[in-house]
Formats: sequence, C-alpha cells, structure tokens
Amino acid sequence: MQRRVIFNNRILPYLLLLPQLAITIVFFFWPASQAIYQSLLRQDPFGLRTSFVFLQNFQTVLSDPLYLEAIEVTAIFSASVTLFVMTLALLLALMADRQIRGARVYKTLLLWPYALAPAVAAVLWGFIFHPSIGILGKTLNGLGLNWDYQLNGTHALVLIIVASSWKQIAHNFLFFLAGLQSVPPSIVEAAMIDGANSWRLFRKILFPLISPTTFYLLTINLVFSFFDTFGVIHALTHGGPGRATTTLMYKVYMDGYVNLNLGHSAAQSVILMVIVSALVWLQFRSMEGKVHYA
Amino acid sequence: MTAKQVRNFPVHLILIIAVIIFAFPVYLALIGSTWDAARIGRGQMPLTPGPNLIENYTNALTTARGNRIIGYPVQVFLWNSLKMALAIAIGKIVISVLSAYAIAFFRFPLRTFFFGMIFLTLMLPIEVRIAPTYKVMTDLGLINTFAGLTVPLMASATGTLLFRQFFLTIPDEYVEAAKVDGAGPLRFFWSIALPLSRTNIAALFVILFIYGWNQYLWPLLVTTSRDMETIVIGIVKMMGTGEAQTDWNLIMSSTVLALLPPVIIVILMQQWFVKGLVQTEK
Repeated sequence: MQRRVIFNNRILPYLLLLPQLAITIVFFFWPASQAIYQSLLRQDPFGLRTSFVFLQNFQTVLSDPLYLEAIEVTAIFSASVTLFVMTLALLLALMADRQIRGARVYKTLLLWPYALAPAVAAVLWGFIFHPSIGILGKTLNGLGLNWDYQLNGTHALVLIIVASSWKQIAHNFLFFLAGLQSVPPSIVEAAMIDGANSWRLFRKILFPLISPTTFYLLTINLVFSFFDTFGVIHALTHGGPGRATTTLMYKVYMDGYVNLNLGHSAAQSVILMVIVSALVWLQFRSMEGKVHYA
Repeated sequence: MTAKQVRNFPVHLILIIAVIIFAFPVYLALIGSTWDAARIGRGQMPLTPGPNLIENYTNALTTARGNRIIGYPVQVFLWNSLKMALAIAIGKIVISVLSAYAIAFFRFPLRTFFFGMIFLTLMLPIEVRIAPTYKVMTDLGLINTFAGLTVPLMASATGTLLFRQFFLTIPDEYVEAAKVDGAGPLRFFWSIALPLSRTNIAALFVILFIYGWNQYLWPLLVTTSRDMETIVIGIVKMMGTGEAQTDWNLIMSSTVLALLPPVIIVILMQQWFVKGLVQTEK
C-alpha cells in the first residue's frame, strides 16, 4: 500500500530511517547472521582453531538425546499451557460477554495479570506451592502426595505450567472478549429466535465466527510458551530437577551463555529462528483469513 | 430473585471464582509482606495481615538485609526498572514513528527493502540470538551499561507497522493543504502527523512500558553488577533456591513493589492499554 500524495526529498527519508536501521542491523541482523555462520563452524575447546563443518552441528544437535528430551519437554509444556489458557480464557470471555450486571468490573478484575512479568508470576506461585511453607504445597503434602517441585520432575512441570498459564489467561481473555463482541447481535438474536440453545449458539455461530481470533491466539500462545516463559523456568526450577523442565529455550541459554558451546548453541538458535519464522508466518496467514459476517 | 437473576447466577459464580483465583497469589504476597520471616519459615503464616508491614517494606527498600539474605536496596532496582521501562518505551516510540513516517510519506530507492528488513525483525526475537548478540555487546563494550540495557530493545517492527498503518489513513487533502500553505515534510510531521497520532502513542506507551518493566532475559545477560539490576531479576536472585528459612517477608514485599507499577498502569489506563494491545498485535 502506498499514499497517493507524498513529499519529495532525497535525503530526509534516509535520515528518518537511520536510527531504526542502525539498531536493527547491529543488534538483529549482525548477530543473527553470526548465529547462522557459527552454526556451520566448529571451534576447538581453546578457541584457537575453527573449521567449517557444514551441517554437522545440526546433525549432532538433532541426534543428541538431551536435545530430543528438550523437544519433548517443550511439546508437553507448550501444549498444556496453550490448552489451559485458551479453554479457560474462552470460557471466561463467554461469561463476561453476557448482558450481566458488573460486566465491566469483571473485565478489569480479569485483565490485570497481563501486567505481571512471567518471573514475578513464578515467584508468586513458588511461594504458594512451596513444599514446606506454601499454602497449597503444605496441603498437597498433608494429603500424602509427597509434593516437592524441587525434587520431583512432574511436580516441577506442573508448577511452571500453572504459573505460566495463570499469567497468560488475561491476555487471551481480552482477545476472545473483543472477538465475541464484534459478532453482530442480529446474528445471535436470529439464532435465538430459531430456538438455538446456548451450546448450539456457541458451537454453530460464535465459535466459527471467532475462529480467526482462536487461530491467532494459538500462535501467540506457542510463542509465549516457547520463549517468554524463560523467566518462569529460570526463577523456579532452573530447568530441573534433572532436565525435567529444560525446554528448547532454556537449553539454548544454558549451552550458549552458561556452557559456552557456541557451535551447538548457534545451531539451536538457527532451529529456533526457523520455528519463530514459521509461527510468524502462520500468524500473518491468520490475519489474512478475515471473517465476513454478512 | 427474578428469573433473569437466577439464570445469571452460574455466570456470576464462574466469574467470581476466576477473579478470586486471579487475585489469590497477589493476596498471599501481600499477606506474606506483613509477617516476619520466622513465622513464614515455620509454615505458620495466617491468611490475615500481620504487624510487620512498615518494617518489611522499609527494610526491603533501604537495605533488603534479612537473616539469610544479604541483599541490595530494592529502591535501586525499582529506579533501574523505571528508567529502563521509560527509556525503552520512549525510545521505541520515537524511533518507530520516524521510520514509519519515512516509509509512509516518501518514495525513495530501497524503500520496500528497508521496510522488509524492519518487518523481518519480528522473526528474530532476542531469545533466538542470545550468544551472538552477547558477543556483539561485548565487542561494543555495552555490557553492564544503561545503553546496552535499553538501545537493543528499542528497534522492533511492531511500532513501525502500527504507525505506518495509521499514517496511511491520514487523508491526502491534509498533505495537499499543507503543501499549498508552504509546509515541508518536517513541519507537517510536527504540526499534523504527530498530534493526530496522540492516542496511538498513548496506547503504545502503556504496552511498551509494561514490556520494558517486565524484561527478563536481556537484563539477566547484560547486567553484571548489582547496582544495574532490575527489580524482576533482583527478586529472583533474592529468592535463590527458595529455601523455607529464607527471608520470605522481604521477597514478598519486593514482589509487591515489583508488580504494583505495571498493574496500576494497566488498571488506570485500561482503555489505552486495551487499544494498544489489540493494535500492536493485530
């Protein structure tokens, strides 16, 4: 798209673009190209010699049992977070969309967790689920569950899923509510006159009409659980116990920043870039598929 | 009760339960910030406020030293987070409004190429380029500096896309009238385009302030001394491995201090926040 009437100036547009382009090149494209370049190299342990190994780093990474394990953890974690968040957010949005007293107050009281950092959500839930002093942790132990997220991998996974989902529901709720409120009342009324009950109304009218929002949120939640939940994991479990909560993102951080295995970390970075690109592409596809209500 | 009230009862019930579950963790943090460490450490924290509120917050803000935690004044962290959030929000808005203006109001060689480049940054979040970005930062001597903490986060596609979209809706007649009146591109930008973007700027500001305040991975990598740390990192370091006997009263007071500013902004500026969220993401 382009404006019909524009200004003419040879230098000014470049000057206006300069700050953004400078930052983009120095901090985005330069490191990203370095990641791609390094993913094709191998450095000896002393950093004295580097040799070009082509796709060998990818081969090593993708056949590494620890990496496959991280893929599995990421899949379980992301699928659980996405499912919980979307189901609960949609339920709450359907409730808040009704003509009820105090709808606006409910909206305010349901959207504020968006403002919290994932790591802060982690600290809050860590306090609740602490095995010896947390109110829920103590209760679970009282029930004889032997709850301890620092020793039990499943417990750790449950905790980071709960903390991450709790933080993310508000965001999804807002988008579902906006989606539902853009459905023309006339369609809903027509369905009611035809005798549709609440379930049929949802299943046959509302759900199909908000499907672009649903699809969009699906990609957003995957990006969130792949990357933004790093703070939750770093604050609560450090990828453990064992490797029970080491996601792909956490592993890239460990290998690249803590263990300084540059070739493997770079290969992992490139794999993540491909994943993000795919998700961004899907997201834009979802926006193109606009729904026509007429 | 009327028939309608009876019908709506389950709806209210579900919403009220959700509101309670949402608020519960923050309520517990508030309660935790009013008791002493020993009582919390014994697992005997009541569900009602205790007597140590002022003491805990004063301690957290000024020294953050407890029995176990050798802390660093949380007020320093809060101040760092505020500076970082403001710098990122303002910097990002300035940079993206300028580049969007160039792309929307001029036609020049490589325009589409540059726009595509900005757009591509969506695919390169910091998370996927940790190690190489860290190396660039080291080479430029930006580790543990305020510039290093903020400047790399100022460029991103979302702001540019938003402002470009908005600039495309400014009627051609405005531009023509400005030209007739002898206004150049900079004058038009300052007197027409920018004032028209006011609500967009406000909406974006709310979103970006929260984005900046809540940064985690970047400050974790870039800051190496405690006086540079942000509040979110500070709390996580305070909690450490989360032993029962640690100073939970200080951790909880600091957590409340960390979450209040962004939550207050979201609630007070709800209208702009919702507008900003829906716009920047769609």
